[in-house]
Amino acid sequence: MSCAIHARDLRFTYPNGVTGLAGLDLRITHGERVAVLGPNGAGKTTLMLHLNALLTGSGELEVAGLRDGHDDVRDLRARVGLIFQDPDDQLFMPTVREDVAFGPLNLGLSKPEVQDRVTRALTAVRMDAHGERAPHQLSLGQRRRVAIASVLAMDPSLLVLDEPSANLDPRTRRELIETLDQIDRTLLIVTHDLPLAAALCERAVLLSGGRIVADRPTLDLLADEPLLAAHDLELPDGFDLRLMSR
Amino acid sequence: MSGPHLHTGVAGNPRSPIHRLDPRTKLIGLAGVTFVVVTTPLPAWPVYLACALALATVATLAGVSPRTLWSRAKVVLPLVLFVAVFVPFFRGGEQLDLGPVHVSKEGLETFATVSVKALLGTLSAVLLGATTSFPDVLHALERLKAPKLLVLIAAFMYRYLFTIVDEVQRMRAALAARGYAPKHALQVQAIGRVATALFLRTYERAERVHLAMLARGWRQTMPRLDTLAYTRADALFLAALATPLLAIRVLL
Repeated sequence: MSCAIHARDLRFTYPNGVTGLAGLDLRITHGERVAVLGPNGAGKTTLMLHLNALLTGSGELEVAGLRDGHDDVRDLRARVGLIFQDPDDQLFMPTVREDVAFGPLNLGLSKPEVQDRVTRALTAVRMDAHGERAPHQLSLGQRRRVAIASVLAMDPSLLVLDEPSANLDPRTRRELIETLDQIDRTLLIVTHDLPLAAALCERAVLLSGGRIVADRPTLDLLADEPLLAAHDLELPDGFDLRLMSR
Repeated sequence: MSGPHLHTGVAGNPRSPIHRLDPRTKLIGLAGVTFVVVTTPLPAWPVYLACALALATVATLAGVSPRTLWSRAKVVLPLVLFVAVFVPFFRGGEQLDLGPVHVSKEGLETFATVSVKALLGTLSAVLLGATTSFPDVLHALERLKAPKLLVLIAAFMYRYLFTIVDEVQRMRAALAARGYAPKHALQVQAIGRVATALFLRTYERAERVHLAMLARGWRQTMPRLDTLAYTRADALFLAALATPLLAIRVLL
C-alpha cells in the first residue's frame, strides 16, 4: 500500500511570527499506528491541521496518496479524519445522529447509505442508543466517542486524534482506549498521555521545536528517560514500562 | 436527562397528533393565528374569542397543560404589556375618575385589546415551542425559504448556548471562590473582564468549530438527513385552523 503520510522539509510560520513547523520529515505507511509526542508548542496541532490542508506550509506533503496543494482538498478531507481535542468544537449539529451524518452528507452519499453509515459508526463507539440526544446532554467521554463516530462515518483511511484522553477519568479513558484499539485504520495519535501511546501505538515520534527529534518503537522511546526529560515529558509515577508487553 | 422529551422545551404528549405534524404546518398555522389576532380591528371581540378557542383546542389535543403554557408565557408577557400599560393615562376623550388618577375610557379599551392580542400571540408562540423541538422549527424555517444565514446563526446559538452558559457559571464560581462580592460600582470591573474573556473564548471556539466543519467537508450549506413530510393530517390541521378564523375575521 502507498504511504499514508510522506512529509519532506515541511515548514510553517504563523502570521504572528511563531514557528509552527521547522523542516519536518515524516514517513508513515499504511496501517501503522503512530503516537506523536512532544511538549506544548512543539507543533503537534500545526502538523495535524496540515494533514487536512487546513494550514499549508512550504515543503512537500503527500497524505493518503494525495499531494497537498495539487489535489482536491475535498478528497483529502474524505480520506483523512481529524478528531479535535474539544468535542464541543467538533459536535455542532443539534442532535448526535445529525452530527454523525454531517460528514457523509457532505460527501454527497445517498440518504440510505448515510443512514447505514451513521448506524455503523455509532455502534462502533457504543453510542447507538443516544442518536436522538443533543450533544450538550452527553458526558465528556460520550461526546468524545461521538466525535470519533462523526469521523468514522466518513470512512477515512487515516484517523488523526488530538489528545483523545484529555480530561477523562481513568475508567472512561480505558474504555476509549478499547474503542480505539478496535479501529482498523492508520492511526496518528497526538498526545501527552505516554501510557496511552504505549498501549495503542507500536511506533512513536517525538516532535520538538517544529521538527522530529526521535522516531522509534514506542517502548524504546519511552524508556529513554534523558530524551524525554530534555523535551519536558515524563512517564507518570509508578508506571512500569516492562509491564507493557506487546 | 432521561425522560420522554429528548429536546429541551418540548412539553405535553410527544406522541399526540399535534406533535407529530410537520413542523412547517405548525409554524404556518400558529403564525397564522397570530397574524389574524394582530390584524383584527380593536373592538372585534368574537375574533379574539375564536382564536383563543382554536389555541385551547390545539393545546388540549397536544396534552399541553394550561399551567405549562402560563409558566412559559409569563416570562415574556410583562415585557410586552409594559408598553401598553401607559396608554390609559395618556389617551384623551372621556375620563374616568379612579381616586387620585384619571384614566381615559378609550385608553382602557385599547389597553384591554392590546393585552389580549399580546396574550394570544405569546400563547401561540409558546404552543409552537411546546409541540415542536427547536431543531425542527429551524428545519421548517429553512424549508420555508427563510434566509439561510439567519437559520444557521440560530442553530449555532441553540447548540452553543448551553456550552457558553456553562463557561459563565464556571467563571462566576471562580470569581466567588476568590472572595469576589462587589459592594460598590467600582468593583464591577471584574465583570467586564469576565465578559471580555468570554467574548475571546467564544471567538476562538468559533474559529475551531469552523476548522472542524471544513475538516468534514462543509460546503457552505447545512446538509439534512431527514426530510419533512407534508401529509393529509397537515392539510386537515391547516384547514381546520384557517377556515373558521378567516371566516370570522372577514365576515365581522
